[in-house]
Amino acid sequence: MKVIVPVKRVPDTAGEKKIDDGTKTVDRESVESVLCPVNEFAIEEAVRLKENQGAEVKVLLMGPESAQPVVRKALSYGLDAGVQITDEALAGSDAIGTARTIAKALEGEEFDLVIFGNQSTDARTCVVPAAVAEILGLPSLTYARHLEVDGDKVVVHREHEEGWDVVESTLPAIVSVVEAINEPRYPSFKGIMAAKSKPLDVKSAGDIGVDTSQVGQDSAAAVLTSFEPRPPKEAGTIVEDDGSGAAATQLADWMASKKFV
Amino acid sequence: MAELLVLIDHSDGAPRKVSLQMLNAATQVASASGDTVAAVWLGEGGADAAATLGAHGAAKLYTWDSADAQGYVTLPQVEALQQVFETSGADVLFFSSSNHIKDVAARLAIRIDGGVITDATGVEVEGGKVSATKEVFGGDLITRCTFADGKKQLVGISSNAYPVEETGGGAAEVVSVDVSLSEAAQVSKVTSVEKQGGGDRPDIGEAAIVVSGGRGLGNEEGFQLIEQLADVLGAGVGASRAATDAGWYPHRFQIGQTGRTVSPTLYIGSGISGAIQHRAGMQTAQNIVAINKDAEAPIFQIADFGVVGDLYDVVPKLIEELESRKNG
Repeated sequence: MKVIVPVKRVPDTAGEKKIDDGTKTVDRESVESVLCPVNEFAIEEAVRLKENQGAEVKVLLMGPESAQPVVRKALSYGLDAGVQITDEALAGSDAIGTARTIAKALEGEEFDLVIFGNQSTDARTCVVPAAVAEILGLPSLTYARHLEVDGDKVVVHREHEEGWDVVESTLPAIVSVVEAINEPRYPSFKGIMAAKSKPLDVKSAGDIGVDTSQVGQDSAAAVLTSFEPRPPKEAGTIVEDDGSGAAATQLADWMASKKFV
Repeated sequence: MAELLVLIDHSDGAPRKVSLQMLNAATQVASASGDTVAAVWLGEGGADAAATLGAHGAAKLYTWDSADAQGYVTLPQVEALQQVFETSGADVLFFSSSNHIKDVAARLAIRIDGGVITDATGVEVEGGKVSATKEVFGGDLITRCTFADGKKQLVGISSNAYPVEETGGGAAEVVSVDVSLSEAAQVSKVTSVEKQGGGDRPDIGEAAIVVSGGRGLGNEEGFQLIEQLADVLGAGVGASRAATDAGWYPHRFQIGQTGRTVSPTLYIGSGISGAIQHRAGMQTAQNIVAINKDAEAPIFQIADFGVVGDLYDVVPKLIEELESRKNG
C-alpha cells in the first residue's frame, strides 16, 4: 500500500503575524514557521499503516524553498520520502489554487490513500482535501476520527457536530483526520538523524504540469481585499474571591445587568 | 433579478438555527443587490419547512426529497446543487460553515468554477459581488475578501453572525428537483449514523451561551458541575483541549484552534487558562467571563468579567445565585 501525507508550513499560532502590504499575504518571514500541528495526526496515522500493514509513506509539501525544514520534520517521524513543490508562480494561491497544485502533484505519484489533516491552523478553511478529491475524481472521506484499511476497502468514522457517520468506500481515496483519531508520538533521535538523508524530490510547477494560469495570486477565485488587526479589548472587571464563593454574587449581578439572568 | 441560493443545514427534519440566520444575511444582501432568496433543501422533508423558511425570507424553496442526499458521502449534495445552479442561473450560494457542508462547497467550487470563502462573520454587496468579513490566524486578523470576476461565489456563514429574524413573508414556493446520481456519487456509502447527543443542551456552535471547562477542573467529574451551570442557563457545554486530551469530555466539544469555533453572546470559561490556541475558538464571543485560580492566566486579558478564585468555591455558589434569581 502506498500512502501520501500532504503537509503545510504555517506560522506558529503563538507568534505575531504581519501581512505584507504589497502582496496582501502573510509575511511568513516575520514569524516563526512550523509544521501545521494538525498534520501530526495524519503523519501518525500513516506511520501506523506503515508499521501494521507495511505501507510506503511519502510526505508532500507545497511551499517555498525555505519550507524545507518542515518536510524534514515530517520525515523525522519515520516517513520514507518527500516531495516538495516549489515555484514562485504558486505564491498567493487560494484554497482552490492550492488544491489544483496538490492534485497535479498527486497525479504524478502512485497512491492508495492520501491522508490530510482536516484543516490548517492558519486559514482553517478545511476545503483543500475535498477539492483535491473532486479534481482527481476520488472519494473524500474527511474529518476521520477512526480509519480502517482492509484490502481495497476503507472504513472511516466522519466526525460531525452530533457524533459521527460510519462510511465505507473503495480505495484509492482522499482522507482527512481530526485530532481525536490518535495520539501522535514524538520523533525519535534516530528518526531525526535519518530524516536528513531521506530522498527528497524538489519539483517546479512545470515539472508536475500545473497550468499556471489557474494557480497563484492572480488567478485566485477568492481575493483578499483588506485586513486589520483585531482591535484591542477594553479591560474588564476583575474581582477576587476570598474562598467563600462570595464573588459569585458579584458575577451574578453582572450577568443580571447584561440580562443573562 | 437573480436568485441568491441558501443551502439549508437541517437535522431531524428541522432547519438548524444557522439556516435561519443565513436567510437573514441573504435577505439583507438580496435587498441590496435586487435579487430574491431561494432556499435549497437536500434530503427528506423539505416541503414541510416551506412556511418557516418563507417567514424568514425565502421566496422559493428547491427541494430534493430523497434519502440519497445523506445516504452517500458529499457527492449527492454536490450534484444536486450543480443542477440547481444550472436551472436557476444563480451566481451566489450561502452555506453553513459546518464540517461536512464545507466539503460540499469545496467539491462544488471545482465543478462550477467557483471560489469559496468560509466562516464569514459578515457579508455585503460591493460592485455587484459579495464581500465577506473573515477572521484568520486565530482571530488575530480581521480580513475582507471578495471573488474574482466571473466566478460563482460560495460563501460559508458562521453561526451566530446574524440574528434570527422573521421578515414576514408567506410560505416559500416549493420547487421540487429530481437528481439522477452519477455512479461516482454512490461509491462512498454512509452505513450508519452515530448520534451522541449532548442531551437537551444546544449545540455549542449555535448556543447563545456556552459554558466550558478546562484543566483546572482537575478530573472528569468536574464536568458535572459545568453541566449543572450550563443547564441553569440553557447553555451548551464546551471544553478546552487539555480537558478533551485528558479524556474528561468528548473531542467534538473541544473549543479552539483544532476544534470548534464558537461565537456566543456569553462565554463562561472555568479552569481555562486561555492559551492562544483556545482563544482562537472563542474570542469572538460578545461577552467573556473567566473563573480561574491563577490571576496571571491570559484569559483575564480578554475577560469582560473575571473572578480570581477556586472554581469549586465560585461555580456552586453561582449556580445557587442564578437558581434563586430565576425562581425569585
